Amino acid sequence: MLRRFSGLWLLAALGALGGCATTGGNPNDPLEGINRAVFEFNDGLDKAVIKPVATGYKSVMPNVARVGVTNFFSNLGDLWIGVNNVLQGKVGDGASDFGRFLLNSTLGIFGVLDVASDAGLEKHNEDFGQTLGWWGVGGGAYIVLPILGPSNLRDGFGALALDWRGYPVWYIGHISTRNQLVAARLVDTRANVLDTTRLVEDAALDKYSFARGAYLQRRRSLIYDGSPPREPDPDATPQSGTGAPTRAAAPLDAARQAPQGSARRSAVAAHRLAPPEQIAEPRQEPLAAIRESDSAMARGAEPSMPANRDAPLVGAGERGSELAGARLRP
Amino acid sequence: MKKLIRVLTLWLAASAASAQVLAPDALVKNISDEVIAIIKQDKDMQAGAQKKLESLVDAKVLPHFDFTRMTALALGRNWPKANAEQKKTLIREFRTLLVRTYSSALADYRNQVIEFKPLRAAAADTDVTVRTQVRQTGAEPVGIDYSMEKTPDGWKVYDVVVGGVSLVTNYRETFNAEIRDGGIDGLIKSLASKNRALDSKSGVKAK
Repeated sequence: MLRRFSGLWLLAALGALGGCATTGGNPNDPLEGINRAVFEFNDGLDKAVIKPVATGYKSVMPNVARVGVTNFFSNLGDLWIGVNNVLQGKVGDGASDFGRFLLNSTLGIFGVLDVASDAGLEKHNEDFGQTLGWWGVGGGAYIVLPILGPSNLRDGFGALALDWRGYPVWYIGHISTRNQLVAARLVDTRANVLDTTRLVEDAALDKYSFARGAYLQRRRSLIYDGSPPREPDPDATPQSGTGAPTRAAAPLDAARQAPQGSARRSAVAAHRLAPPEQIAEPRQEPLAAIRESDSAMARGAEPSMPANRDAPLVGAGERGSELAGARLRP
Repeated sequence: MKKLIRVLTLWLAASAASAQVLAPDALVKNISDEVIAIIKQDKDMQAGAQKKLESLVDAKVLPHFDFTRMTALALGRNWPKANAEQKKTLIREFRTLLVRTYSSALADYRNQVIEFKPLRAAAADTDVTVRTQVRQTGAEPVGIDYSMEKTPDGWKVYDVVVGGVSLVTNYRETFNAEIRDGGIDGLIKSLASKNRALDSKSGVKAK
């Protein structure tokens, strides 16, 4: 209920603010104006507080100790990761996650040592947003959350609250202990990505759109467990009209029917089971595709959007994120 | 003596030719092994000596990248709108930016292990993806995939996908926006000033 309300609230806000949203041109990001403001705020906060604290932490703590802290928090996350793997039908992966938790909590001394990885139980990356995505829920509009950063309607409003409830630290009765642990986890996470954020600062012409593109691509890849089908290239497929939702939904449907197994196997199965014409995208010949799209542009063809405005978000597949974004635009 | 030289030249040419038809995954593996071995022996590079890292990347890595294709892909439908001179400048500036970024990523190298996944490709394929996993203690493994194309000069990388994020796709959006606002020359200007900013930054770091 709360989630539905958040969505409605956002739609209303969108209607009111649509006029002042800058036209960045990304159909996933109808709220670019607000998002950029929140992004600036986060960036300022990071520069002023979070990054200095994380840098200090990294320079003070010996590397071994930092890895221990990271492992401790990572171990607590494995339970919820296992739940989500089971919810996605990947029972084997889920069992491996629970096994990791058992092994690391005991032999690994409360999770400080990651003995499970050495024993061949690989760490997975799952959350409830990915579970929703796996079942075909589109991402919806891109949102930058205060402090937490890039997200979208599905992951931010639909799943994050539940993800927090799936994290054991949430259930610590002693509130100040709980808050300290949450803060420690934030600092630890930030310290681990210091190198990456420095790289992004170096590489990006526009940090905002770089972060947005990276988030959207990364989430899509995670939902397909690292093997997403090639995405229709917006530059190369001016005619990607109403056919898009079915095309994107097909691999997911196929994955659902695939025998339950490891993440990779189901993703591979998704490729195999989907009719080739549904996943074969023009991007396989990118240069040719560009030429083709250019001649199409010359003929005056415009990328068309689905006419069905009432189509539910559910069932649109991950491609739904783009479509939903387009739909949300006033 | 002359004959010996001729034989030697022939032999060199032949070995060069055989190096060119190296399988794409073997090629990526050779390059990473070689680059890592060099960094492991060089304290300056480990400390982040930018210029030294850049010349290493220039010599060992770049010959295996197809920057023309990368730039064309990153510009997408705007590529044919650039004239020959603009194209040349774009390729040069984009190349410089990528070298900077890549070298500073290498400076962070700390005993990560690179695993190669089996190559899923037929012998006749001319476009393949070499998939690797970079493992490190205390962190989730990161997938790094190389999109490669077979050219007369051997296999060339035209995109790198890190953790599911394609470099070329990610740049395309920014490039499109820059071109929308300031045309092709606007993009060239932004790239050049970005490179200059990075130049002065690494200069500060060296002091």
